[in-house]
Amino acid sequence: MADLRGLYQEVILDHSKKPRNYRVMEGADHQAEGYNPLCGDRVTLYVKLENGRITDLSFQGSGCAISTSSASLLTETLKGKTLDEADEMFEKFHALVTGEAEGGQAGDRSLGKLAVFSGVAEFPLRVKCATLAWHTLRSALKGEKVTVSTE
Amino acid sequence: MAFTPHHVTETSPRGSSAEFDVERIRRDFPALAQKVHGKPLVYLDNAATSQKPQAVIEAEEHFYRRDCSNIHRGVHELSERATKSYEDARVKAQRFVNAPDSKEIIFVRGATEAINLVAGTFGRKYVQAGDEILITAMEHHSNIVPWQILCEEKGAKLRVAPINDRGELLLAEYEKLLGPKTRLAALVHVSNVLGTINPVREMVESAHRKGIPVLLDGAQAAPHLKVDVQDLDCEFYAFSGHKLYGPTGIGVLYGKAEVLDAMPPYQGGGDMISSVTFEKTIYNSLPYKFEAGTSNIAGGIGLGAAVDYLNGIGMESIAAYEDELLAYATEEISRIPGLRIIGTAEKKAGVISFVMEGIHPHDVGTILDQEGIAVRTGHHCAQPLMERFGIPATTRASLALYNTKREIDTLVMGIQKVKELLG
Ligand SMILES: Cc1ncc(COP(=O)(O)O)c(C=O)c1O
Repeated sequence: MADLRGLYQEVILDHSKKPRNYRVMEGADHQAEGYNPLCGDRVTLYVKLENGRITDLSFQGSGCAISTSSASLLTETLKGKTLDEADEMFEKFHALVTGEAEGGQAGDRSLGKLAVFSGVAEFPLRVKCATLAWHTLRSALKGEKVTVSTE
Repeated sequence: MAFTPHHVTETSPRGSSAEFDVERIRRDFPALAQKVHGKPLVYLDNAATSQKPQAVIEAEEHFYRRDCSNIHRGVHELSERATKSYEDARVKAQRFVNAPDSKEIIFVRGATEAINLVAGTFGRKYVQAGDEILITAMEHHSNIVPWQILCEEKGAKLRVAPINDRGELLLAEYEKLLGPKTRLAALVHVSNVLGTINPVREMVESAHRKGIPVLLDGAQAAPHLKVDVQDLDCEFYAFSGHKLYGPTGIGVLYGKAEVLDAMPPYQGGGDMISSVTFEKTIYNSLPYKFEAGTSNIAGGIGLGAAVDYLNGIGMESIAAYEDELLAYATEEISRIPGLRIIGTAEKKAGVISFVMEGIHPHDVGTILDQEGIAVRTGHHCAQPLMERFGIPATTRASLALYNTKREIDTLVMGIQKVKELLG
């Protein structure tokens, strides 16, 4: 079960059982809902911005271990980042989980903790779980009120 | 074009009283012999689609290798062969559900198209503003959405008969909902999520007492039970070939001849007409009136082969074997701590949906897949039902005639692994 351990790494399991920044945010500047109809995963992201910098980030929802931990780690990683930095992170994260990252499995060092998602690349059916929160964030920042769907 | 029953050639008769030899049956299904992620395949996603026996694969191949031509229109040898095989398949399907006449068997793409056909013809003709269509809380989306579309178009109302926590229909509530405005009751025979076998015979009877016609969605029933449309007395019965060990893209709408005759056609085109001028078109007789265009000929022939295959084993023996397997699986699976089975009706077919404490079905599915076990996870095209149980999704193991107790044991071990890894 080597590859399963690679998918369900300790950090991922920890964040799925004890998601960080798991709350509704009062007075959020942006918010969006993401939905994956295939598996029923739902996530709502809340963002506070100041001068193009993310000052607060939280989420709520229900989903599998991969999507929940991804949302949780997203909120941890992006707090304090500028919008441009967040965008760049998304590109790198996306490359990592789809197996297109330069430098192979280990991915980009600048991803930090997010590197634990490298195992997702071996499970193409789970890429949507890993990226749901990220797509939702993008749509929240664009100010779209619509529900994003990864299907 | 009349095809009398004695012309029908049936392949591979086995004698229905033969004892149920599952190992021998497994050898008929080439796909079962493979390994997945290095483990022997345990295919438990039969409610989504079943694997195909060699006989079905060969019937399709035979058509494409030797008999390929269009039907009902050529005078040449190949067309005659193709037409005969296709119409033989219709008779086989007719006998399979004990329909009085083969012209009451309309070939469609599957249960979904069968229901859409009824909504688009019967529905369009008879349903008006203020009328009602009655369904149940355990319908597949394919027996919800066509009626919603119709209701929206007509200003009619969709009513839903509720179920209890075990996933059984509340019959008294159902009867109350059969009202003077109900134009049709469209009911699932066997639930694809809960496995519940609805008492459809009684349900048809109560509807008929109020003069209400009934459509039964038999997509999950036809593969597992002996279906007799004359005994059920329903106006319509819909099922899919691919869940019945036949090919994809072919299915059946059975309809009572007098009801079908009174309905407008579904699609316009070739084969469904008897004469066309620019002023007036005269529609063909049943079943062709509802089969516009070139049909899925190979699929129809493949479905005929699937029916032969099932008859060779006997639907009663299949049902008895699957019942035993379901009882075993239910007992073994419900013993796992922290696991809850969704759908515990008194009368069930081989479907076990479950949820696990703190573990999402999607993760269960991925881990089981690594063990070579194919299950389905998600809402199973029954979102309103998921809402009824207050869950986003389930993991579903669905049984077929080729599954074994050993495979159930593998599933149980797989679930243990899930708990080790994520619990
Ligand atoms: C109860 C039920 N009805 C209808 C359908 C639709 O069948 P098809 O997709 O073959 O048209 C299904 C398929 O999952 C089903 O389970």
